[in-house]
Amino acid sequence: MHVRVRAGAVEDVRLEIYEPPRFFEAFLRGRQHTEPPDITARICGICPVAYQMSACLAIEAACGIEVSAPVADLRRLLYCGEWIESHALHIYLLHAPDFLGYTSALELAKDRRGLVERGLALKKAGNAIMELVGGRAIHPVNVRVGGFYRAPAKPEMAALAEKLHVALDQALDTVRWAAGFEFPDFHHDHEMLALVTPGQYAIDRGTVASTGGLRFAPAEFEDYVIEEQVPHSTALHARLAGRGRYLTGPTARYTLSGKWLSPVARQAADEAGLGAECRNPYRSILVRAVEVVYAVDEALRLIKRYEPPAPCYLEVPPRAAVGHGATEAPRGVLFHRYAIDAGGLITSARIVPPTSQNQASIEDDLRRFVADRLDLDDQQLTWQCEQAIRNYDPCISCATHFLDLTVDRA
Amino acid sequence: MGVPTLAVWKFASCDGCQLTLLDCEDELLAIASRVKIAHFVEASSEIQPGPYDVSLVEGSITTAADAERIRQVREMSRTLVTIGACATAGGVQALRNFADVREFTSVVYARPDYISALATSTPIAAHVDVDFELHGCPIDRRQLLEVIMALLAGRKPNIPAHSVCFECKQRGNVCVVVAHGTPCLGPVTHAGCGALCPAHRRGCYGCFGPMETPNAGAQVGLLRAAGLDEADVRRAFRTFNAGAPAFIELSRVTAGPPPARGPRDIAGR
Repeated sequence: MHVRVRAGAVEDVRLEIYEPPRFFEAFLRGRQHTEPPDITARICGICPVAYQMSACLAIEAACGIEVSAPVADLRRLLYCGEWIESHALHIYLLHAPDFLGYTSALELAKDRRGLVERGLALKKAGNAIMELVGGRAIHPVNVRVGGFYRAPAKPEMAALAEKLHVALDQALDTVRWAAGFEFPDFHHDHEMLALVTPGQYAIDRGTVASTGGLRFAPAEFEDYVIEEQVPHSTALHARLAGRGRYLTGPTARYTLSGKWLSPVARQAADEAGLGAECRNPYRSILVRAVEVVYAVDEALRLIKRYEPPAPCYLEVPPRAAVGHGATEAPRGVLFHRYAIDAGGLITSARIVPPTSQNQASIEDDLRRFVADRLDLDDQQLTWQCEQAIRNYDPCISCATHFLDLTVDRA
Repeated sequence: MGVPTLAVWKFASCDGCQLTLLDCEDELLAIASRVKIAHFVEASSEIQPGPYDVSLVEGSITTAADAERIRQVREMSRTLVTIGACATAGGVQALRNFADVREFTSVVYARPDYISALATSTPIAAHVDVDFELHGCPIDRRQLLEVIMALLAGRKPNIPAHSVCFECKQRGNVCVVVAHGTPCLGPVTHAGCGALCPAHRRGCYGCFGPMETPNAGAQVGLLRAAGLDEADVRRAFRTFNAGAPAFIELSRVTAGPPPARGPRDIAGR
């Protein structure tokens, strides 16, 4: 991260990301239309299901297939597992130690072992869903275009529900615990963008909506969102056409869909003091905790009415077409677009992950954040900026613990 | 001797293999009491200087800067273990090795001149000496624990080198090739996952990379008999371990009977 200060004012803040390019969109060309769920999962080991789900929706849209309601429910259940696993990881192992003055969860465990054990147990419950429904916690093997290779049996689901009943209490305790943290006073005015499915908290599908009143279908995503390259980073920067920077992720979801949380999750949010919207990035830890409650509760609801779908997948014969898909990854809207030919070979692919969408807003927040803290020495400032970046849970978690801050104060 | 120190390093990767360490929910705190986790940027902002007793390395080498960094990591590490398909075979990003990286760059980036990337994605062992390689995309949690425990005890890790077929039989799976004619890479793929895909009624897709001595001709024959054409076979071996020499060889085998039942692909279509 580079900060340039002139005459006591912040002139420029740049977050330079050196994630080496892996060229997924290039090597997806020439692959079969059945392959993107397995291949794009490898973009992120922390949220592979998000990539699998957006890929499936896009290819099924191209081929004119819609999966049955029971298969869609099973996908939503799998996605709940990823939200729980990813959010518990972020809350307990990455974010909470900042609020409590520890360098890591392992250091925290030396003093408060029970707390860290609760976080690990919650994370394990999410992984239990991933393993039963997805076949594996990281890079699930059971997802296919058109559905699932194998539908879990009812007794397996019953055993999973028992674990989730315990997890629900742990999730509620997590919200109460995080509500007691001290949150720095910091607010942003970014336009926030998330999928919405009126009546239900959006996870596995939806219409794109923003706090500025935008509404559009995933198929129109590229008309509204423009990705740009900046010289200082390998991560692309996205903005809304004619409008500018925006923010996606848990606080955007909460602000746009909070009224559709389940009663138990809504009550947890109210008791934690979250209002109708959340514009303080530090309080994102609370929103994540509430989303974990929702995901556990929703998983239990889906399991309660579960009947193994038969068939558990539809054949998806290819046709020459373009398809779009968007879902809510733990870190925000994840968009995929594929063009395939009549034989099912992919001719072009485009993937817009949440982190690139948030990049411009994160830099803008850091600009204001640093401006208020110019009296700190570089070491203190680095530590506080690391924490500020962790609020956004960027898919560059490693970089956020390795912030190389240069302050040019000339 | 004091408490051994452990460092975790990331190169070009998805973070999934180092996440596997954090996925050891029941064992993580016990491990942390027996080793000093001295460098793990994904999990801690406290970074202790080397040297380190054990380094776990995730990811492949795709930039000149990383080619230099892995040499420094090697110098700081008493024992260096590579974890996952990226570190052991170059990962899925090694698909660039069969293409023109400049053309790839122009497809993804509007300003290719801002991007500096090597023409190839290569495994760690192509750059420095590696003491042990743990395969998988991602690695298996139980195997990772076995490697860590073995290193702590000063013994060789017990990681079988046989094929997925062995694990499939041990698990009692119905053979998807015999019963359903599903294309399966199990006979040539390194064990370690516990035969997950056949247990989910799909063919193995080779994410653990090649076993030690795969029978290339027989495997390609099986795939062709299951209906794959030449392009299907090539794609099947060019995924997450595309850069593994044995899979490169298999992807180039053109012999074998013609498709018996129209085109199918490895995803089980």
